[in-house]
Amino acid sequence: MSKDQKSLLVQGYEVVIGFETHTQLTTQSKIFSRASTSFGAEPNTNASAVDFALPGALPVMNKGAVQRAIEFGLAVNAHIAEKSIFARKNYFYPDLPKGYQISQFEIPVVQGGVVEFFLEGEKKSVRLVRAHLEEDAGKSLHEDFIGMSGIDLNRAGTPLLEIVTEPDMRSTAEAVAYAKELHKIVTWIGICDGNMQEGSFRCDANVSVRKPGQPLGTRREIKNLNSFKFMQQAMDYEVRWQIEQIEDGHEIQQATVLFDPDTGETRSMRSKEDAADYRYFPDPDLPPLVIGRDWVEKTRSEMSELPRVMAARFMTGYGLSEYDAGQLTQSKATAAYFEAVAAASKSPKLASNWIMGEVSKWLNAVEDCTFEEFTELVPARNLAALIVRITDNTISNSAGKTVFTELTQAPGTMFDTALAYVDSIIDAKGLKQMNDTGELEAIIDGVLAANAKNVEEVKAGNAKAFNALVGQAMKATKGKANPAQVNELLKKKLG
Amino acid sequence: MTTSMNNMDLHDLGVAELAAQLAAGTVSSVEVTQHFLNRMAQHSGLGAFLAVDADVSLAQAKAADARLAAGERTPLLGVPLAHKDVFVTRDFPTTAGSKMLENYRSPFDATVVSRLGVQAGGAGMVTLGKLNCDEFAMGSGNENSAYKPVQNPWDTSRVPGGSSGGSAAAVAARLVPAATGTDTGGSIRQPASLTGITGIKPTYGRCSRYGMVAFASSLDQAGPMARSALDCALLLSAMAGPDPDRDSTSLDLPAFDYAADLIAASPARTGEQPLKGLRIGIPKEWMTGTWNREEAGQVTKKGASIDVFNAVYAALREFEKLGAKLVTITLPLTELSIPVYYVIAPAEASSNLSRFDGVRYGHRAAQYTDLTDMYKKSRSEGFGDEATRRIMIGTYVLSHGYYDAYYLKAQKIRRLIAQDFQTAFTQCDVIAGPVSPTVAWKIGEKGDDPVASYLADIYTLSSSLAGLPGMSVPAGFGAGGMPVGLQLIGNYFKEAQLLGAAHQFQLATDWHQKAPGVSA
Repeated sequence: MSKDQKSLLVQGYEVVIGFETHTQLTTQSKIFSRASTSFGAEPNTNASAVDFALPGALPVMNKGAVQRAIEFGLAVNAHIAEKSIFARKNYFYPDLPKGYQISQFEIPVVQGGVVEFFLEGEKKSVRLVRAHLEEDAGKSLHEDFIGMSGIDLNRAGTPLLEIVTEPDMRSTAEAVAYAKELHKIVTWIGICDGNMQEGSFRCDANVSVRKPGQPLGTRREIKNLNSFKFMQQAMDYEVRWQIEQIEDGHEIQQATVLFDPDTGETRSMRSKEDAADYRYFPDPDLPPLVIGRDWVEKTRSEMSELPRVMAARFMTGYGLSEYDAGQLTQSKATAAYFEAVAAASKSPKLASNWIMGEVSKWLNAVEDCTFEEFTELVPARNLAALIVRITDNTISNSAGKTVFTELTQAPGTMFDTALAYVDSIIDAKGLKQMNDTGELEAIIDGVLAANAKNVEEVKAGNAKAFNALVGQAMKATKGKANPAQVNELLKKKLG
Repeated sequence: MTTSMNNMDLHDLGVAELAAQLAAGTVSSVEVTQHFLNRMAQHSGLGAFLAVDADVSLAQAKAADARLAAGERTPLLGVPLAHKDVFVTRDFPTTAGSKMLENYRSPFDATVVSRLGVQAGGAGMVTLGKLNCDEFAMGSGNENSAYKPVQNPWDTSRVPGGSSGGSAAAVAARLVPAATGTDTGGSIRQPASLTGITGIKPTYGRCSRYGMVAFASSLDQAGPMARSALDCALLLSAMAGPDPDRDSTSLDLPAFDYAADLIAASPARTGEQPLKGLRIGIPKEWMTGTWNREEAGQVTKKGASIDVFNAVYAALREFEKLGAKLVTITLPLTELSIPVYYVIAPAEASSNLSRFDGVRYGHRAAQYTDLTDMYKKSRSEGFGDEATRRIMIGTYVLSHGYYDAYYLKAQKIRRLIAQDFQTAFTQCDVIAGPVSPTVAWKIGEKGDDPVASYLADIYTLSSSLAGLPGMSVPAGFGAGGMPVGLQLIGNYFKEAQLLGAAHQFQLATDWHQKAPGVSA
């Protein structure tokens, strides 16, 4: 796809995407019962009378789920409703024990909000419509139980926060970037474990296409995208499919579709005609959810620094660009590492460059290494020592890369200090910069003598010829010279 | 053991009197329990019980006797009662009067059941069995029970009222000293009225709904049914109280000793006028028959019949003698309470009854072709006509395109009805009127006319919609020598005031002591 986001058209069509994400909240017990939410238990062992919908059982709100909804609302700058309403969504399905799902319909707990992120250096912001609390359904087990399906209600009643966006995304890449950012937020604030394989973070993508300037096209909803990779594939396929349909003269019918990772295709589950009438109405078993300002303010005061707040502090406090600050706040671990390196090296800008440059390059190249594992291998003090040796002109930046490669081999704990460790690498590899002007002057004189033609051209005003001389000088010093010093000396001699 | 009591007369004793005998040791809980079990067996033809298990009841009585022997003296210890079959119980099956739950056994007790029961922390009452009722508490004649109708002990050809018809008939026939009931639109008050007993529906939320098979969640409320206001007060003291871990709609009001309040209040109210200062509001719309109106050329009578009015007026004169002042008030939206109730209650019921799908428990069709067929057949077979009718009405009024016109509109009028009561309570302390427009009717008389039954709920629905406490107090007899109840409605949380007024009335009258001539 084109890097130019402004004219991001696919075969002349504009892509429009909105997301609905079900995030499973990290409460110990279910949203309306005291049964455990732990994953992987024997079927129907983590289910109580409420979860089995036995006659006479009633729901009681788990305050921990509300607490997490408030935290999310604060994290995305949303309005926390002082009074929100639980509603019943009525439909029959074997894994829905009450015959209705308790959700929020007209008045959700979190209203509005925005998720901001960078896509290929460009700042994006996706508006949220709402986030509402609801209970998960159970699972149908389709392996054979004496010719019947089995029902496991362990998951029934698991607390979910469903986060709904406006149709603000204009490319599949942007949609995936949004999902990643949202994943970062919910895991950062700890309301969701983010485990996509276990279904803790499930995305539904509403995809439509249109000719620029036209009203919104008919959308199809891709359900249950549980990996970023499948998300990208599914949406790309869906966009191509919809454009083909329209180009072939067919109208898009509103539908719910599933992505099949084996074929890489989406297929329709149900069309609009099959859409159920859910007969929503306020749940008379649950009074309105009232959240006082004091609860919100207490939560705000107790929350750890949010990524976007931290990013703003990085910009003002360390003089980083918005993009760099955003990148460094991708995870709590990255941010903490950056702050430690910046503090120890006293060079925030270089710390930022190194983490976003060499460190991230190394992480991409090495499979299955988490950032946390990397920080054990290269503690912040080691990278800081390396940066100190660059800033004090002991080594050049390019020599630093060699040092870095050595640092990733071992944490060097046998050395008294990180500087001693870095210095030992510099010595062993002979990377020390040539800071003796006398020696350097002799070499430069030699270069000038051997390149008389270039000297003539420099004197005639050719800048390129000057650069060639710098290159020759660096080559002659085997890269140990400080380029700035070489420049200075050359200018003086050709003056 | 020598007893001063002739056991043949035990069933004539109320809760307070039995408790006194048990506390004095003149009779044991096992003896009392056995006596009532015998009497229940003798009068099983009334159809009041759906489940009886003598072994279970006697074991509970032994437990109560052990607590008595250990010196415990609490107001209800060892006294037996029976529960309406919408309260789930571990020790007895719970059917809610429906084939859908035939043989269903709950793994837990309803909060009301455990608060009254003999296990640790309970009031120590012995359960005599489970009482018949209209299916899922939907009905006003107990003719909607999937198992059998209940007969009115005053005239066995008549209904006992509903939906707590088994509770009312059993208390009236002296098969039990007291019973629990539930009231959604009048299901405690109306059968109490039709069988000449005393029953109170507390403020919505006063008793936990946990373990009550839900009919209409925003209206359902448990309450006691017994012979006197004092007995009701004894039971309500044990039943009421917050249950925040199990019912989010239970009121955060501590338990209260209503009986002690009645007894303590009595000596202070000496003299001829113990109710001096009490203002009793009489809604003009209730007493003037203004609902007789012409519809399509036919006069539809919606007011109460003359025999009911006569008994109610006589009772009100008695209240005047006791010092109360009668004031005329207005409840202009009373008539709308019928359509409002019959939109909201079915709407909630249609959703509450969705869990009866044949998947996890309850009736499942023997044969079906696929999932949808299984749902259809299981539910069609499991639900009776009235439950089916209300599920269909409820589904309709919640449907896309009809929700605003029916459900939402009904909720708005419901709020206006509640406001009218608050306006009325600025002029009076309690509101009085009939409970039922007529005395008990003949079994089968209303036949296939559900609307006729709905219209008969006119006096009880509005206070249910407002969530107010209300009670029925025996006030004499009407046509056919059948009992007539006086309804008293109080403001929110004013159960003690209602019980106090009824208690004073019962000290001055003996309507509540009249027993039907059921052959002993």
